Amino acid sequence: MRVPVSWLRDYVDLPADLPVTDLANRLTLLGLKLEAIEAPGADIVGPLVVGRVLAYDSEQHSNGKTVRWCQVDVAEENVRGIVCGAANFDAGDLVVVALPGAVLPGGFGITARRTYGHISDGMICSARELGLGDDHRGIMVLGKDLAKPGDDALSALHLRDDVIEFEINPDRAYALSVRGVAREAATAYGLDFADPARTFPAARAGAGYPVSVEDPADCGMFVTLEVSGFDATAPTPPELARRVQLAGMRPISLPVDVTNYVMLELGTPIHGYDKAALTGPIAVRRARTGETLTTLDGVTRTLDSEDLLITDDSGPIGMAGVMGGAATEMTDETTDIVIEAASFDPVVIARGARRHKLPSEAAKRFERGVDATIAPVAARRVADLLVRYGGGRVAPTATSVGSPAPPAPITISSRLPAEIAGFGIGADSAVEALRTVGCDVKSNDGKITATPPPWRLDLTDPYDLVEEVVRIIGYDKVPSVLPAAPAGRGLTKQQRLRRRVSRAVASAGYVEAVTYPFVGQQDWSALGLDAADWRRTTLRVANPLSDEEPLLRTTLLPGLLRVLGRNVGRAQGDVGVYEMASVFLPAPGDGVRPPQLGVDRAPTVEEFKALEATLPAQPLHLGVVVAGQRTPAGWWGSGRVSCWADAVEICREVARSLGVAIDVLPGQQPPWHPGRCAQIVLADAVIGHAGELHPKVCQAYGVPARAAAAEVNLDALLASAPDSITAPAISTYPVGKEDVALVVDAGVSAADVERALRAGAGRLLEAARLFDVYAGEQVGAGKKSLAFSLRFRAPDHTLTDAEIKAAREAAVRAATDHVGAVLRQ
Amino acid sequence: MSGPNSSYDPVEVTPLHPDEVAAMRDAALETIFRAATLDQLKEARLATTGDRAPLSLANREIGALPPQARKAAGQRIGQARAAVNAALAARRTELEAEHEARMLVEESVDVTLPYDRDPRGARHPLTTLQERIGDVFIAMGWEIAEGPEAEAEWLNFDALNLGPDHPARSMQDTIFLEPEDAGVVLRTHTSPVQARSLLSRQLPVYVVCPGRTYRTDELDATHTPVFHQVEGLAVDKGLSMAHLKGTLDTFAAAMFGDGITTRFRPSYFPFTEPSAEVDLICFVCRGLPPEVESCRTCRGEGWLEWGGCGVVNPRVLIACGVDPEEYSGFAFGMGIERTLMVRNGVADMRDMVEGDVRFTLAFGMEL
Repeated sequence: MRVPVSWLRDYVDLPADLPVTDLANRLTLLGLKLEAIEAPGADIVGPLVVGRVLAYDSEQHSNGKTVRWCQVDVAEENVRGIVCGAANFDAGDLVVVALPGAVLPGGFGITARRTYGHISDGMICSARELGLGDDHRGIMVLGKDLAKPGDDALSALHLRDDVIEFEINPDRAYALSVRGVAREAATAYGLDFADPARTFPAARAGAGYPVSVEDPADCGMFVTLEVSGFDATAPTPPELARRVQLAGMRPISLPVDVTNYVMLELGTPIHGYDKAALTGPIAVRRARTGETLTTLDGVTRTLDSEDLLITDDSGPIGMAGVMGGAATEMTDETTDIVIEAASFDPVVIARGARRHKLPSEAAKRFERGVDATIAPVAARRVADLLVRYGGGRVAPTATSVGSPAPPAPITISSRLPAEIAGFGIGADSAVEALRTVGCDVKSNDGKITATPPPWRLDLTDPYDLVEEVVRIIGYDKVPSVLPAAPAGRGLTKQQRLRRRVSRAVASAGYVEAVTYPFVGQQDWSALGLDAADWRRTTLRVANPLSDEEPLLRTTLLPGLLRVLGRNVGRAQGDVGVYEMASVFLPAPGDGVRPPQLGVDRAPTVEEFKALEATLPAQPLHLGVVVAGQRTPAGWWGSGRVSCWADAVEICREVARSLGVAIDVLPGQQPPWHPGRCAQIVLADAVIGHAGELHPKVCQAYGVPARAAAAEVNLDALLASAPDSITAPAISTYPVGKEDVALVVDAGVSAADVERALRAGAGRLLEAARLFDVYAGEQVGAGKKSLAFSLRFRAPDHTLTDAEIKAAREAAVRAATDHVGAVLRQ
Repeated sequence: MSGPNSSYDPVEVTPLHPDEVAAMRDAALETIFRAATLDQLKEARLATTGDRAPLSLANREIGALPPQARKAAGQRIGQARAAVNAALAARRTELEAEHEARMLVEESVDVTLPYDRDPRGARHPLTTLQERIGDVFIAMGWEIAEGPEAEAEWLNFDALNLGPDHPARSMQDTIFLEPEDAGVVLRTHTSPVQARSLLSRQLPVYVVCPGRTYRTDELDATHTPVFHQVEGLAVDKGLSMAHLKGTLDTFAAAMFGDGITTRFRPSYFPFTEPSAEVDLICFVCRGLPPEVESCRTCRGEGWLEWGGCGVVNPRVLIACGVDPEEYSGFAFGMGIERTLMVRNGVADMRDMVEGDVRFTLAFGMEL
């Protein structure tokens, strides 16, 4: 809501020297949020005067232009000669003249200058040149009675004002009017408020243009008042047009400007019909199937049976409270006008406006709730202004259908404001505050009963009254008291472990990313997922941000690969990136519908379960991608390119950090390289994969060849993490070290060999570590040699050579038995 | 070698003459002193204390002396040998020190060589900021509550007093999942965790709920459709706006520094009544003239918009099974991105979502 301060001053006697910033701040602290302060016209410097064109000569020039050499009376001793390019005026018209020395908006300085063979002693201005709108079709011609030559045009045209723009919260519908903002300004400064709805006369109910309302629940009040013999071509007086413009609406014509003016002034949207275009009585009703309406914006709309309409015998003539119809629009030829001032059900209007995507100024007000009681005043105010500026006469009586239900009284304990605010607020202060906002208040027996005023349809609950009381007393009076919460339990295990994993991965040299969860079919193709891959079963967004990415991710890899690609594109190709985030897996049994839950009680356990059952599974995943040099070459030696092993190792590192034992087994799963993919197994369940990406995947995402990736279900890992670590028994007896080199078939995995060794070595084995892998002539084709160092130690004695030998032999024997290993001599 | 005898000829035992012993000693000391390296000292040790060393040979001659002369000769030789041994030890210490000093000089390296061998990692500031905020509240005895990102409409809207016709429920604001009648949305705020907490926890409840949220905004310098919030909720007997203010002041001081407090401006949220916007005193200029005039953080306002808050609307308590006659509460919500922008001077929100490692690395492991 944009509010010209001059308009506020019509209803509140604000101090003349009040800085506009002070006003804006005070209103902000009352809940009208300041968006901007503007000072239109502040950039115009006079002399800017009203002039009368006494005579002119049209001159054709060699450049093809026709200009007028005008003699203009600006109430000086001499008439001024001014060249003007426009042709939309006659001799005798009043115009606006910027005299030499004036500066117009944009720093446009005016001087007497030679042009088209004359000394042009000033400039005749267009509306746009004065910052009065976009109209540049010609110069501005003023109404005959509005001014006289020599008048200061700055004040005659109301060029200068201060405008405060507020963001109005949905509960403060009344502040979508100058009336409402002025009321708050009066409160802010403790001044009297001259309520225009009380000082302006109301239309007298009686016979008027006939109206019927089908359902009073849709339309609580409908007033029609006629004006006849009106001149629709009469100009809008500058002050009125200027205020409408400064409030953010475009001045159009006198009848339109006046209806907008009164809406801005009182908050009641007004519609005007060309009476000659109406056929029979007005009826307010819901739309019927198949009905259409061409609205004022020229769009023909197919109506929904929920739409509330204004109709006459010809059919729909307007969408109630949202937008009028084109057929009955007021035009320049209109002489008889039917003015509508009404109130409609907010929800009906909100739905209609949303359905037809018509967020009009009228709908904005009706859907928040307007003061229905002032419809007769608003209608009369429009009629009076029309007649004042456009002639004609106002009908003596108006049709008035319906009577708005008065707001229900609310009773609170007089202690409630103090309890909720947390500081002392006596009953008297509360009563006074509620009266300030317009409530009718009674107080006795420790109770306060307040009947909200008709413009405060938002006040329905006891706490609503509390907010008003605290607001008027001042939110700045609320003291600061830290509540003593009971002792908490700290982070949950899951929360602690998530932090631990994140730190472990970052400490291993990976950088965390936070990506959007949206993916598209093209990602599944890029990842090489076959048609039956479970990851293609996704949730779909009904209104996606991008049509290319309407799906919710089932894997973190697309987002991470995009991040990797972006970094590569920015010349940071040696990089590892990770993300910990949820993926979305559709609930099995798609088509589960939520239970119908009210809000008058909590859902039962069963109802809540049924509600939860509608939600997708959203397990937390860890995704990692890595590419480029993992270790750069340097003075210490050569570097190392990242590879599949980095991706596998980060899984091991995470499991280690959690104290969880995982197995790494060969696997095959897109998007990984089929020969370089490991499955991460936890207690016989595959919880993830890691390895080098398939070359086609790297290509598709524009990441370096041989980039590697890992993705694991972190929820599964976290769930397996022990609550606490049991301390190991540390043996201080000497260690026995043995190395064994085992030759196995090339296809046997090191993990299997190690597992067999460990099983065979028994309890004396303290550690086994693979330290070399060899494939070549010495072991023969299709074979490889794996060298392990074994450490043996007993908890309770020094191992004898015989014991060590026996354990070593048992380990080798097990390897031979299980994986066909042959001890390399 | 001479055997023991009883007839002594003083001339025959000249090696044990005091002058002779002194000469042997001095010669030995000279040899030791001349040793310039530890190896030379080893040779000198052999030459001066070995079996063939003059003093060693002289020592053996003592037995050949007449008994009355043995004591004095033994003393002389013993003193000389002790002096030689002491000199050896002293010289050894000297040479070792010299050697070590030389080695340390020779082994010196250019310690300014970079050793950027191991890749550096970092955690995203949105993550670490959420943790930091969580820790502030944990310290006050609160707990961290969580909920799913794909959330039931009833929890995201209805339970929070956003009725079926609330404008926020339109597709212009909210991301809906198909099928639409399944009533699942990507949560538009972390507030549904409030409802979940009240439904699942024992009263009193003091929880903060950091997490990811979604709205249909276009990504630009100050908006992102996927963003993060932290929500706070306290429901207990006798809680008031004063407790809300106290909590937010403590929170503000913990995040932005001692003395940074908040102010309330009346506002509107369906789930709180009374409702307020929370502003922070600008932590750069503290709103004090003349610094405030040119302050780029608050743009001369002296205050920074931080979030929204209020007293929990009794309608929310009722929908969550809490008796508003017995309990009251307060709630607040802040944008994590907004907080990060203000607190750490992030100029463009896109930096937080693009994943450029240069951005994230700057924040390290904690915030």
